[in-house]
Amino acid sequence: MKISKKDVIHVADLARIELDEAAVDKFSHQIGTILDYVDTLNRLDTSGVSPTSHAIFLTNAFREDEIKQHLDLELALSNAPDKNEDTFSVPRVIGG
Amino acid sequence: MKPYELTISQAASLLSRRRLTSQELTGAVLERIHAVEDRVGAYITINDEPAMAQAMAADKAISEGRGTALTGIPLAVKDLICTQGIRTTCASRILENFIPPFDATVIQKLKAAGAVLVGKVNMDEFAMGSSTENSAFKTTHNPWDLSRIPGGSSGGSAAAVAADMCLGSLGSDTGGSIRQPASHCGVVGLKPTYGRVSRFGLVAFASSLDQIGPIAKDTRDCALLLNAISGHDPRDSTSVPEPVPDYTRYLAGDLKGLVAGIPKEYHSSKGIDPEVAIAVNRAIQTLQDLGVRCVDVSLPHTEYAVAAYYVIAPCEASSNLARYDGVKYGFRDKTAVTLTDMYRNTRSKGFGPEVQRRIILGTYSLSAGYYDAYYGKASQVRTLIMEDFKKAFQKCDLLISPVAPTPAFAIRENTDDPLTMYLSDVFTLSANLAGIPGISVPCGFSRTGLPIGLQLMGPHFSEGNLLKTAYHFEQSTDFHEKKAKL
Repeated sequence: MKISKKDVIHVADLARIELDEAAVDKFSHQIGTILDYVDTLNRLDTSGVSPTSHAIFLTNAFREDEIKQHLDLELALSNAPDKNEDTFSVPRVIGG
Repeated sequence: MKPYELTISQAASLLSRRRLTSQELTGAVLERIHAVEDRVGAYITINDEPAMAQAMAADKAISEGRGTALTGIPLAVKDLICTQGIRTTCASRILENFIPPFDATVIQKLKAAGAVLVGKVNMDEFAMGSSTENSAFKTTHNPWDLSRIPGGSSGGSAAAVAADMCLGSLGSDTGGSIRQPASHCGVVGLKPTYGRVSRFGLVAFASSLDQIGPIAKDTRDCALLLNAISGHDPRDSTSVPEPVPDYTRYLAGDLKGLVAGIPKEYHSSKGIDPEVAIAVNRAIQTLQDLGVRCVDVSLPHTEYAVAAYYVIAPCEASSNLARYDGVKYGFRDKTAVTLTDMYRNTRSKGFGPEVQRRIILGTYSLSAGYYDAYYGKASQVRTLIMEDFKKAFQKCDLLISPVAPTPAFAIRENTDDPLTMYLSDVFTLSANLAGIPGISVPCGFSRTGLPIGLQLMGPHFSEGNLLKTAYHFEQSTDFHEKKAKL
């Protein structure tokens, strides 16, 4: 298999996704099949070909550094799953 | 003819001559939505009251002489385009209750034009899919055959137009997600040049490929919608400062002197259904009769496009979707005690299987030791695919091909086999890799009555030529006039 179950669990953990055993089985099989297919790219000699990450020929987009209107604090917090006065609230990070 | 059956240009003409009010039109469209929604399943959110308020404002604007081509026109928007105060879910549990505090630029533009937003339409979760079956909320059915998929990921946008549940809609296209559902639902869909339309407020899937575009009942309506949404936006640094022409002006004239390339790789593909091949060949004949000169061209790297795409798109997605962590908005799993567990539980419960699969595939392809072999290699192949197009466009003004290898397949036919599903994007995703525009226009029906689409692709910023060619094709055929029977 192109990608082992251990790899799937490791990569899922990097992406903060937890998989049950059935999902690990299924994903390692499906992702393995996809990666086997992706290997067809190796039939192409791409030495000396520069990579493309952007299809349009734009370089940088500059603007003046001016103060503009920004999202109102109350609106910015309006979707917060948990908040504390003017801040987003999350579970404790440091033990104590 | 019922008001909801009108095209945008027909309705605009009646509205401006006061033969119809937007309140009558919007009311009729909302009634139509409620009458067929349980069969079609196109909408995630229906905006009854706000839409009627917008219609009332539109009628006032028209009576005061402030109407535009879209004033008072009821439109639907794919549920990954942010609408202030209206839930925007991406068809995902993780954004089920997300109410954007701002409007996407395209929504601001539609509002400024006086359009009426009747609702937010279904899609594959985070636009990942080709069938709209990956929605966390509902299955959308193809109005031409309710046992079949509408295509995807903008399946709700295309089905809503085909079923007269709006006069036009916006979708987004990352690998064919406007063109393929338009083809499967017998409507017109345009993916603009990358950078033609602002992506500000479009929830990101693969940022170097995503583009918003119109889905409409005919080509003229497509041009009207493109007029309204195009243009440079300082809030999207990848939008291009290129002037926006009036696209309806391209519809005049004729097609004499136009050169169309027939890419052999798109017509000799093994998986292509014979009925699709016949419809596309007839369309080529029709275009030749209209004065288009056809030449053979080759896009030799076509066979590598699916592989390159299914590395690049998941890589970008894995990075873009890292933001869904349950902190600032969206779903949070509240049972977790530590921060890391909160992230993990939130993402595991909030994302559906296809999204998780692509995040894992993307994270793997970008991880240490694999980056060069996957992302690096795919990005080089992307260059080769772009060069193929550049060479072809030295010999022709546009390319003619099928949109999808087959008509719409049955619901649940491919859900367990992601690779087969990915391979069905073979004719559309190269345009995204190269950033070029493409349009899907109806060109026939299968024996069982399923719509078949024709794809035209052109160089960057050639939308005018594509619309013109599609329009003249439409004028000499009647496929776009046929309606799904519901």
